[in-house]
Amino acid sequence: MTMETETQSQKAFHVDVGNLLAVNPFHSFPSLPASRDELVKECLQEGTKLVQAVADSLFNLPSTEDVDGPLVKLPPPTTKLPREKHLPKPKPLTKWEEFAKKKGIQKRKKEKVVWDEQTGTWKRRFGYDRVNDDKDIPIIEAKMTDEPGVDPFAKRQDDKKKRVEKQEKNRLQNLKQAAKIGALPSHVQLAATALPITGTQAPPKKVTKDELGNVAGMAATSTASGGKFDRKLPGEKPAKKQGKHRKFLPVVEGSGIGSREKEQTESVLNKLISKHSHEILNVGKAVTMYNVKKEKKSRNKRNQEGKSSSATNKLKPKKQLQKKTGKKGPVSSKKGKAK
Amino acid sequence: MSNNEQTLRFCSSAIMMRIKTPKNGRVRRELEKRAPKLVETGKKTLILQGTKTSGTLNGVLSEIYHLKKGGAVRFTRKNDNIRPFESGGEASLEFFSLKTDCSLFVYGSHSKKRPNNLVIGRMYDHHVYDLVEVGVENFKSIESFNYDKKMAPRVGSKPFIAFVGEGFENVDELKHLKEVLLDLLRGEVVENINLAGVDRAYVCTAISLNKVYLTHCALRLKKSGTVVPRMELVEVGPSMDLVVRRHRLPNEGLRKEAMRTAKDQPKKKIKNVSSDAIEGTIGKIYIPDQKVGDVALPNKAKGVKRERREAKKKEANERASKKQREESE
Repeated sequence: MTMETETQSQKAFHVDVGNLLAVNPFHSFPSLPASRDELVKECLQEGTKLVQAVADSLFNLPSTEDVDGPLVKLPPPTTKLPREKHLPKPKPLTKWEEFAKKKGIQKRKKEKVVWDEQTGTWKRRFGYDRVNDDKDIPIIEAKMTDEPGVDPFAKRQDDKKKRVEKQEKNRLQNLKQAAKIGALPSHVQLAATALPITGTQAPPKKVTKDELGNVAGMAATSTASGGKFDRKLPGEKPAKKQGKHRKFLPVVEGSGIGSREKEQTESVLNKLISKHSHEILNVGKAVTMYNVKKEKKSRNKRNQEGKSSSATNKLKPKKQLQKKTGKKGPVSSKKGKAK
Repeated sequence: MSNNEQTLRFCSSAIMMRIKTPKNGRVRRELEKRAPKLVETGKKTLILQGTKTSGTLNGVLSEIYHLKKGGAVRFTRKNDNIRPFESGGEASLEFFSLKTDCSLFVYGSHSKKRPNNLVIGRMYDHHVYDLVEVGVENFKSIESFNYDKKMAPRVGSKPFIAFVGEGFENVDELKHLKEVLLDLLRGEVVENINLAGVDRAYVCTAISLNKVYLTHCALRLKKSGTVVPRMELVEVGPSMDLVVRRHRLPNEGLRKEAMRTAKDQPKKKIKNVSSDAIEGTIGKIYIPDQKVGDVALPNKAKGVKRERREAKKKEANERASKKQREESE
């Protein structure tokens, strides 16, 4: 919309309302004014005329009333300026879209919630607590075509995984196709990986955050004081202790079942003595076997006899105790010897 | 490989490319903002400096930053590997432009040969499109102007731009400078503008064949007889003399490509509105079902009142009949 406004001296300005721009291509300084102030004044005068020209057309545009003031719809600017980015290329059709176009398949709008027959409620189509979830199926009926050793639930999961992988592969192929013609969607970016993978070279192993934290500690152990007095960087955590963690017993401990020191020494000694006792017999095991056998026998006898006197039963456990100590006799004597 | 990184082998190159998709909604929105669009609005400006700057140049750069507060990025460190007019010296600029998504840049430097040097440049697809080198003389900063503070233009308002002088039509360099200054000073391209909010104007006068006087003024709208107010310019902002030194025009091919515009703009589809030839614009309004049975009845239901009335009447009748009986007895 180039409008020509005629001023007193019959000069025309180029006005571009879309840009709020006005150009006066006819003005010139025949001789530069002597002082700066005069120059400035003349420039402002000319500028005022131009701005007035723009305002003339601007305020005459149809306006709508708004809260803050009159709103005016600007016409598109006439001065062409270069773009800052290239024109976006139209997206290529994906393989499915091409197929759908060929077959004439229309896209149908799907509802967010679907009626679930099994529970009798409206459930999501996908996501948490959805219709037709694999984990909601209680029973799968066997078909004639089923093999005997195959787990149908696991098979369903495998099938789903395969479907998902196939879909992912298709998606990547579509993106690759789009990238070839330069029309990737805006949120997808291509990045080159560090090294080209050639032949048998394995991809460089990525170091995890924890491993990186340990590296400094590992290097520190090679110092004379084991890295204890090394100056630490701000934020560096103290090295985690590697190797066996020793457990020390408490200084004051209870007696009886709570006495751990006694247990420790006992276990050690037992191991030692059993090593040097040259006995192929596992004493504990033999004792338990004997006891079990005895109990079985007595139970059978009781069942056969019916209700027998309890006195006789009482005697039997005592006998077993004696036998036990009997067996332990030589062991305990040896214990004393070891001491 | 994580979910969002997939490795693809490209047939053409031997480098493995992997596809990155953002895991965050915020990152996705940012990327969409930076994607190329059919209709473009608002170029961002990158303001930076070279190895050496002078006092005046510092003032110029910070004032330009103030004028373009909404859409400008200011780098304060010195960059000694930027030489816009040399072939290899633009790599850093292009990298910055890519990272900050700025397609205009203002690079200031000071040396003996080129004192108070400003290079104003534009980018196309984050590669240098064109450059204009100007020297700044007679710089007057915002503080040195005395004016009524109430008239000060607000940040982000759309300015009026005026170019005065035949040099802008005849001289090549000034033509180029005019285009670049228009791009720099324009701001956002808007469809609607509030007439109460116009309060600034830039005036550029071609003083000689290579000198331009640029000044920033506030607008005062005075009452006149008609709808159009009378404009009055009051100098507020920085004013400087720009001396054109060098300039580089874009390649013809690149220029043609950058000037290309999309002819058709896709209209935004408004939901539930359709237009008919006979009836005009039709809109659909969806009203949820009225729950007639569940509505609570108010306390003073007419039925209740009537019951009371009837009960009272009955009582009165009974009393009357009782009296009669008593009397008769």
